[in-house]
Amino acid sequence: MDEPGGSYTFAHGARKVAPYSIAVFGFGVSFGVLAAPSMGRVAPIVMSVTTFAGSAQFAAASILGDGGTVAAAVIAAVLLNARYGPIGVSVAPSLTGPWWSRLLRAQLVVDETWALSGDGRGGHDAKIIVGAGVVLYSAWVLGTTIGVLFGDLIGDPTRLGLDAAFPALFLALLVPNLDRPHAKTAAILGAAIALALTPIAPLGVPIIAASLACLVGWRRA
Amino acid sequence: MNDAWWTVVLVGAATVVLKGAGPVLLGGRPLPERLGRVIGLLAPALLAALVAINTFGDGQSLVLDERALGVGAAVVAIWFDAPPLVVVVVAAAVTAVARALL
Repeated sequence: MDEPGGSYTFAHGARKVAPYSIAVFGFGVSFGVLAAPSMGRVAPIVMSVTTFAGSAQFAAASILGDGGTVAAAVIAAVLLNARYGPIGVSVAPSLTGPWWSRLLRAQLVVDETWALSGDGRGGHDAKIIVGAGVVLYSAWVLGTTIGVLFGDLIGDPTRLGLDAAFPALFLALLVPNLDRPHAKTAAILGAAIALALTPIAPLGVPIIAASLACLVGWRRA
Repeated sequence: MNDAWWTVVLVGAATVVLKGAGPVLLGGRPLPERLGRVIGLLAPALLAALVAINTFGDGQSLVLDERALGVGAAVVAIWFDAPPLVVVVVAAAVTAVARALL
């Protein structure tokens, strides 16, 4: 999204993601606070280390917390993470090298690193993904750990308005992505699909259905 | 293993597969032109959906609550070119204050 064709380093990615990582640290804390009562102290931290996908982890933890089954928690998390299928396809051209290295670096792709690594024309920069991903991953795991350990002192995170910080963060990531032809149409359509399906489809399905809005790019701009 | 650990293992494994499938199977090669153009619009479509759901969604229902005020304030902050952290903090602060007052 900055200089076109510029060659980025890991440090560029780390710098770009720094302001977001403070917010993600806060989300990590609130995940730890939310998850600890139902999942115990170690499982939420291990989940942040091995999964690194905030919304899916929140969904799984809250379903377990409400007395839901493992199957319900896993299905909700998988549906919420289904968007990483097409997102993975979009970053695939930028990830070169042996398969295990591509698999490893792909785990650092989350909404924030994906949006920040985009060049606004559909391409992505692998160095930004890794640099931003390592910083964000550290913030997420550290936040979770602090939330689990000090949840009693922190109390209810929604009191601090953290639940509104989520959509604000996605909004800040969305705006630089609106310049391309058809992008505004895709955004409006994506939001409309998601809202329309929320009351009738299971958690996560509205998000994956919204990705179909990108088909407005099928016809030439 | 109890429920929490089964969830951690299964969600973790599924996420690794979901995130890794594209890069492992298609990595390092350019996408066909038309697919590339479509996939390029995935960012605005998905990010807008995430904004909408996280603002108005509450489980399976749509609600209008203090979060909408916070996100409205975020729109204003973005309009004035505020840096991302300010945008996020403004949204959280406005929501927290509204929740305390209303």
